[in-house]
Amino acid sequence: MELLRNIFVTPFVDMVAAPDFLMQVVWEGLVSGVLYALIALGFVLIFRSSRIFNFAQGIMVVFAALTLVGLHEMGIPAWIAVAGTLGVMFALAWTVERVVLRPLVGQPDIILFMATIGITLFLIGFGETIFGGENKQMITAELGIPTGDFVLEPFGGLLILQHIDVTAVVVAGLLVVGLVAFLNYTRMGRAVRALGDDHQAALSVGISLQTIWVLVWFIAGVIALVTGIAWGSRAGVSFALEIIAYKALPVLMLGGLESITGAIVGGLLIGVLEKLFEIYWGAPLLGGNTESWFAFVLALTVLLFRPQGLFGEKIIERV
Amino acid sequence: MLYRIAGQFKTNYRADQALFPVSQDAWLLGLILICAWVAFPLTASEFTFQTLLIPILIYSLAALGLNILTGYAGQLSLGTGAFMGVGAYACYKLLTIFPWMNPVVAILLSGLFSAGIGVVFGIPSLRIKGFYLAIATLAAQFFLIWLFEKWAWLYNYNTSGAIQVPNVDMWGITIAGPLASSTTQYYVVLAIVTLITLLCINLTRGNLGRMWKATRDMDIAAELIGINLMKSKLMAFAVSSYIVGVAGALFVFLWRGAAEPNLFDITLSFQILFIAIIGGLGSILGNYLGAILIVGLPVVLNSLPELLGVEIKSATLEHLNIMIIGSLIVFFLIVEPHGLARLWGLIREKLIKWPFPH
Repeated sequence: MELLRNIFVTPFVDMVAAPDFLMQVVWEGLVSGVLYALIALGFVLIFRSSRIFNFAQGIMVVFAALTLVGLHEMGIPAWIAVAGTLGVMFALAWTVERVVLRPLVGQPDIILFMATIGITLFLIGFGETIFGGENKQMITAELGIPTGDFVLEPFGGLLILQHIDVTAVVVAGLLVVGLVAFLNYTRMGRAVRALGDDHQAALSVGISLQTIWVLVWFIAGVIALVTGIAWGSRAGVSFALEIIAYKALPVLMLGGLESITGAIVGGLLIGVLEKLFEIYWGAPLLGGNTESWFAFVLALTVLLFRPQGLFGEKIIERV
Repeated sequence: MLYRIAGQFKTNYRADQALFPVSQDAWLLGLILICAWVAFPLTASEFTFQTLLIPILIYSLAALGLNILTGYAGQLSLGTGAFMGVGAYACYKLLTIFPWMNPVVAILLSGLFSAGIGVVFGIPSLRIKGFYLAIATLAAQFFLIWLFEKWAWLYNYNTSGAIQVPNVDMWGITIAGPLASSTTQYYVVLAIVTLITLLCINLTRGNLGRMWKATRDMDIAAELIGINLMKSKLMAFAVSSYIVGVAGALFVFLWRGAAEPNLFDITLSFQILFIAIIGGLGSILGNYLGAILIVGLPVVLNSLPELLGVEIKSATLEHLNIMIIGSLIVFFLIVEPHGLARLWGLIREKLIKWPFPH
């Protein structure tokens, strides 16, 4: 009885009793959800255009952030370092396409998946060899990102919104709008979508597979850089960040592997729900730290009812 | 020349389907077994036992378990590490609750616990397919690690939160714990690995193995020709998790000597997956080749600078190691996506036909 009460009654009573705290929790969840969604977005882009399940996306986030900070530490001004990092991400995209993907075209999915894990390990080793393994400070101020906070007082309570987080949400929103516009209204974007629909048909109307793959990996790299700056200014930059790479997987599955909407909705949903669960159920009842598995169990539960994810394309199987 | 099969006539189907249709294969295996059972233990040093021989055997056993699931039955799993953990914790609990129990029996029993949990997390595979299924095993991976940390009963309420292997005797010889000698541990591991490998070879050649292969190649088609998918998939999860669980128990009891929850984290799962894929999915031999590569490589890379007389800081060396392993994985996938076992298959084919090209 006591247990049922703790599960079904007390948390909701707590929520109603302190609405400002609830809002704070939801906001925190939203912010991390936006970052999950951004990583998932990189995954979705690559998956749609090449059917490659790119495990390296999460590490690209860390690698991009590390390159940015590393270049700045070498005495390069912040904005030129950003340009330099973009250059590095382009070189990475080109190298990956040339060295890894091209020889592996047409191999089974799991082989390509393993290849991206190989890329992941390489990037971890490479990044740490060049820039060192210790935790670094993101160059927030140098990039002109405001660092103060808004203090709101809803319901006579207290709600603190960090400027960094607000900026992250706004930039992420702009990025998504830009991406959707790119995919829908430009020649290149249409080529990306065509490639996603049918490789052979796309090739036969003269779309270059290689160019599009480099492009898509580069866009994923740009998204990775934005995510890296946003996440890095909250938690510092080191390869300990790779844990968020794993978080993007349930986001992706929950939303559906092909869907941009799915990545965003999935990210926000998981971000908010895992925070709520941790604060109101996990910490008091289960001893805390439930964030490590909640997203996975949630995604698994949803998949049991919708095997293609919330927004994924319906899977039709024929013999 | 060495592999000439001329003169080896098969006069009935039985002989044609025997374990070794080519007698040289049997000779080669016999040679390897003699090396493993006699030559290595006589010549190996303590260091070789602890860094190469024992871990290679244990990792290949775990990869064998994963290979049954992913290579034979076609269900992707990213939770191998956690299932190894289940085996290890089950064995620890069994040996602390029943101290009189024969340790080998305890190790073999602990696989059953992991098999049970494997089946539970395998149930979603009836509905979820392909990469989406990875989420089920990932959920197992992260949830179980969390459970190992939070459920104090599992590690007997130790303050350290880690499990420590006690000294365990069998027939008057210490086989596990700080007092056990490496040679004894090696022989126990080798015996269990040999036994399970033999069982697996026959399992995958038999009825169940064919069901798995049909499920892997196309599960709808398999269902249409009358294969019970539920039985096939859940059996694959059960057998695979059993083997992985036994490997986990060996991993802690006969090699590491102590374990904390994050020993079984996703890095371990990926390491096992590398072994299975680089060795070759859907092959038994591949697991051993893969394990030799993945376990042996860091040892070689670590001793390389010393041999060459170059001085590198240990942290840098570690980073370089990760980088080199990453690139080698990509390299091997490009050279032979079907793994080292397939590479050996090609070489063997050439040897049989030698000196003719076709």
